[in-house]
Amino acid sequence: MSTFITEEPTLVTDAAESKRLSSLDTLESEAIHIIREVVAEFEKPALLFSGGKDSVVMLHLATKAFWPGKVPFPVLHVDTGHNFPEVIDFRDRTVERLGLKLVVGSVQEFIDRGELAERADGTRNPLQTVPLLDAIQSNKFDAVFGGGRRDEDKARAKERILSLRDEFGQWDPRNQRPELWNLYNGRHTVGQHVRAFPISNWTELDVWRYIERENIELPGLYYAHDREVFARDGMWRAVGEVSQPLPHEEVITKTVRYRTVGDMSCTGAVESAAATVRDVVIEVAASTITERGATRADDRISEAAMEDRKKDGYF
Amino acid sequence: MTTDIDTARAAALLDEAPLASASLFRFATAGSVDDGKSTLVGRLLHDSKAILADQLEAVARTSSDRGFGGDKGGIDLALLTDGLRAEREQGITIDVAYRYFATDRRSFILADCPGHVQYTKNTVTGASTADAVVVLIDARKGVLEQTRRHLSVLQLLRVAHVIVAVNKIDLVDFSESVFREIEADVQQVGRELGLGSDGIADLLVVPVSALDGDNVVERSERTPWYTGPALLEVLETLPAADELESHLESFRFPVQLVIRPQGALAPDAVAAGLDVEAYRDYRAYAGQITEGSVKVGDKVSVLTPGQDPRTTTVIGIDFAGVSLEEASAPQSVAIRLAEEFDVARGDTIAAAGTVRESTADLYAQLCWLSPKPLREGAKVLVKHGTRTVQALVRSVNGKLDLATFNLEGASSLELNDIGHAQLRLAAPLPLENYLHHRRTGAFLVIDPLDGNTLAAGLVKDHPGDHEDERYSI
Repeated sequence: MSTFITEEPTLVTDAAESKRLSSLDTLESEAIHIIREVVAEFEKPALLFSGGKDSVVMLHLATKAFWPGKVPFPVLHVDTGHNFPEVIDFRDRTVERLGLKLVVGSVQEFIDRGELAERADGTRNPLQTVPLLDAIQSNKFDAVFGGGRRDEDKARAKERILSLRDEFGQWDPRNQRPELWNLYNGRHTVGQHVRAFPISNWTELDVWRYIERENIELPGLYYAHDREVFARDGMWRAVGEVSQPLPHEEVITKTVRYRTVGDMSCTGAVESAAATVRDVVIEVAASTITERGATRADDRISEAAMEDRKKDGYF
Repeated sequence: MTTDIDTARAAALLDEAPLASASLFRFATAGSVDDGKSTLVGRLLHDSKAILADQLEAVARTSSDRGFGGDKGGIDLALLTDGLRAEREQGITIDVAYRYFATDRRSFILADCPGHVQYTKNTVTGASTADAVVVLIDARKGVLEQTRRHLSVLQLLRVAHVIVAVNKIDLVDFSESVFREIEADVQQVGRELGLGSDGIADLLVVPVSALDGDNVVERSERTPWYTGPALLEVLETLPAADELESHLESFRFPVQLVIRPQGALAPDAVAAGLDVEAYRDYRAYAGQITEGSVKVGDKVSVLTPGQDPRTTTVIGIDFAGVSLEEASAPQSVAIRLAEEFDVARGDTIAAAGTVRESTADLYAQLCWLSPKPLREGAKVLVKHGTRTVQALVRSVNGKLDLATFNLEGASSLELNDIGHAQLRLAAPLPLENYLHHRRTGAFLVIDPLDGNTLAAGLVKDHPGDHEDERYSI
């Protein structure tokens, strides 16, 4: 191709395009490369696994990366004590199916021991940081995989695929290593660890298209179902043990689904008739509200909510 | 509370052009302070409908709080790419940010590289993975020294496509003569730098107004003298770097790890009917193809430092239970070989007879990315492919004046310098000239003390066997 163009640009035809990998295949290969790099270069990695769709996709990628061998690292779950029971059940079945070791960090235990205090608003998501760091330190994990994506949030958009954390798990956005080509630098000193985000470059739609293509099982609450809900903070909240309506909040039955499955006390449902993965793919492609803005009360606290939590050691 | 549905958009994304066949295109933006880069990126995201309702609302709220646009009102699109609170408070951008959007033809990953003092570091980072880089010029200012510096860095990194967006064309009354003059200057700089002369890179110039959207997503009627495509059309149709390169290059595969389950097979694979006996002695080499392609039956060489290349045949290409006949960059696969060599992480599998001897003498261009300067005699680590070796900096042989592209005398390199150096490696590596191999010609220089990345390295030929005077020491 000699294309030193001295005239105005002309459009190139798409002839070569058909030979290229699809964007989903390219993203998959990139993620598997990163997962293998971390396993090869770190002593003791673990995968943060909540049963949420991003972590389920991460685990699926790990099974593909090491096939026909076992996934060579344990999974770590920070249980807020307010998780949806069906998600905990899904987590346990998945761990069993893949023969994995499960490490659980429990927010409830920290509260019971008086090392964490319940927040006035009852939300436990911000309380996950302490048990997470405790689990990382006591298990001597030097790399922790997460399903974070850069399209989720402004702070994540600036975070590296391998994100170095200090002894306190803190992220320093001003002092990040440049990430060049596909050469990842995971060097760290004693006390530091690395958070690895192999699906950084995926969007929410990519994740759903991948779940569809690979026929990946998810907890049922990602799909439309009837549920008793009440309105709070502009979201539909499920009626449950830890999420009770106030006297003025009317309980009604709606057909809803969840776009994220975090802590019951702060995760809202969206009205949806999307009962199959195909329905969800179309809904996500058409949605005009970002995932976190629609369903996470904790991100609404301030525009910089995620940035603050990441600096404090959150994922 | 309910999910708003824009079915037209969903149809465009899912049906008219099936997403399953859409490919990925990575590009970066580079520009000087105040040339409107954030506005351009915001415009691309906004007009390609990548900005969702709640994000737009937040930006509209902030724009009106700050009185953006005066009486006219309007949305400050630059806010869409404003990242961290620390940056908003100081009105600066501190680091490369990644954005995502899709049209019905392609999915895009945009590395938004800020243009302040650390521009070399950020541009090198963004450009290292980019298929194309969009460089912004303010139409009122024309080609500045910083433009020359940006183009120099892109030339060194062999970015496949350089697109110069002449922004704020509205502020020069959509003047054709202003645009033509800038276009001629850009092409002149391109010729001086050799940009495009090697047959890989090309250089395109597009007049735009990021603020008003002219020639960003749609062709503008206000520039009738410009008959070329809008910026987004250019990005949708340029061939990606791997399309340009993969058929030209020979197979290269750095081994990441060996998959050898020795009976410890994945329980889900066994439950799905995997033949346990057949996989008892399974041994495959896992990695990502960095260049070229490979077929079952191909002759390959295994390159291990300190050993002569060993030649064997590919007997299988596996990917998670699927056997492939052929695979090409950038696929991640596992390769089985006819002979049971001792192959380990850090070795490279390459098309037989296409790699020259490994060497411990490394001649390179270094883009210095650390505040800690490089001095002769320093001990560093070099990460190349999947191998990291110790190295001694034998000499620094000058640094580039990016404005003139001349090599100046220097015996140390500081942050944002690009210079020439000679290193001695503790073990030989299969180094290849970056001019022809964007992956196997690239390496990192790492600080052995704190593990930080010090430099992006580009392998040069040894003195005596290279063809281009400009690259000589």
